[in-house]
Amino acid sequence: MVSTNVTDELRYVYAVCRPLPGPLHADLTGVADAPPRQVAHKGLVAVVGSVPARDFGHEPLRAHLEDLDWLAGTARAHQKVISALTTVTCPLPLRLATVFRDDSGVRAMLESENERLHRILDRIDGHIEWGVKVWLAPGADKAAAGAPRPSGPPASGRDYLRQRRAQRTAGEVAAARADEFARRLRAELARSAAATRLHPPQSPALAESGAGRNVLNGAYLVPRERAEAFLELIGRTEGSQPGLRVEVTGPWAAYSFTDDPDDASDDSPADPAARTAPAGPAHPAGQRSAERA
Amino acid sequence: MTATEPLHTREIALVDLLDRLLAGGVVIAGDLTLRIADVDLVRIDLKALISTVGENVPSPWPTAEYEYGTGGESR
Repeated sequence: MVSTNVTDELRYVYAVCRPLPGPLHADLTGVADAPPRQVAHKGLVAVVGSVPARDFGHEPLRAHLEDLDWLAGTARAHQKVISALTTVTCPLPLRLATVFRDDSGVRAMLESENERLHRILDRIDGHIEWGVKVWLAPGADKAAAGAPRPSGPPASGRDYLRQRRAQRTAGEVAAARADEFARRLRAELARSAAATRLHPPQSPALAESGAGRNVLNGAYLVPRERAEAFLELIGRTEGSQPGLRVEVTGPWAAYSFTDDPDDASDDSPADPAARTAPAGPAHPAGQRSAERA
Repeated sequence: MTATEPLHTREIALVDLLDRLLAGGVVIAGDLTLRIADVDLVRIDLKALISTVGENVPSPWPTAEYEYGTGGESR
């Protein structure tokens, strides 16, 4: 073991948890290949790793974040520690690259943020997060959807315009059907989840090639004992809509549910539905029965 | 279904990971006051990055604001 000057090292914090039932796995490594360890204070445990200041100080970190390879490696190392924690507890993950000067800084944070962290841990206790995405197949909103495919090249300019119009209308039909499917799925999943968050739709350019258009990118906080049942609910929709694909990611630690439950905004009637289904109503109870009819 | 596989043995799509690591997770100001906790900064840097990769590649974040749901759907 090479001893290093403590001032050259910073503390990278992965998560805050309730006291763990035992030590972390000895072989586990995280960001900067450093083994994570526990810093306990007032009923909370911060899972931290030592990281070099030359990479995680303010300026170098900013520079690194411009480097997608570095960002990807760091994100995967972060996630590796979080997923190891999820096997023994329900960790509250911190935003990527939360860094402190030393252990006493971490303890001071556990002190000053104690109540908020306890409130969030209370909410996510016993839960996991599923990601649910709905994709509209590429081209499904351009052609298809019942539009007669042109059998050959248009014979005239008028034919061309007619074909274009038919394709455009078919695309609108497909898009509307996709939004309607996403709205119903969302309503159904929300009933089985403890909480719901909608992420912005993913760019097709960054998703797998040929993924199509992302019409739903939701996160669902689900009690562990209902995790499988939640998947079955999604499984039942599989193939029910041509051109639409449902993708599930997870189980995740509750990354998307880390806002303060005491925060006033948590109970506001803001409509997250507006992003993916502008035409749809938020979620009035009366609409649900109509949707299901 | 994937749920029974150990988490760490699967390669998670980077875009899904960043959805959570850059927009999710509890935000706590580190005592170095790294403004990296500020998602706007990260996003701007990433936008710059992505625009250098190819100008036809749109940002993964199509809007200026992260508008999180509020859990209202389940209430």
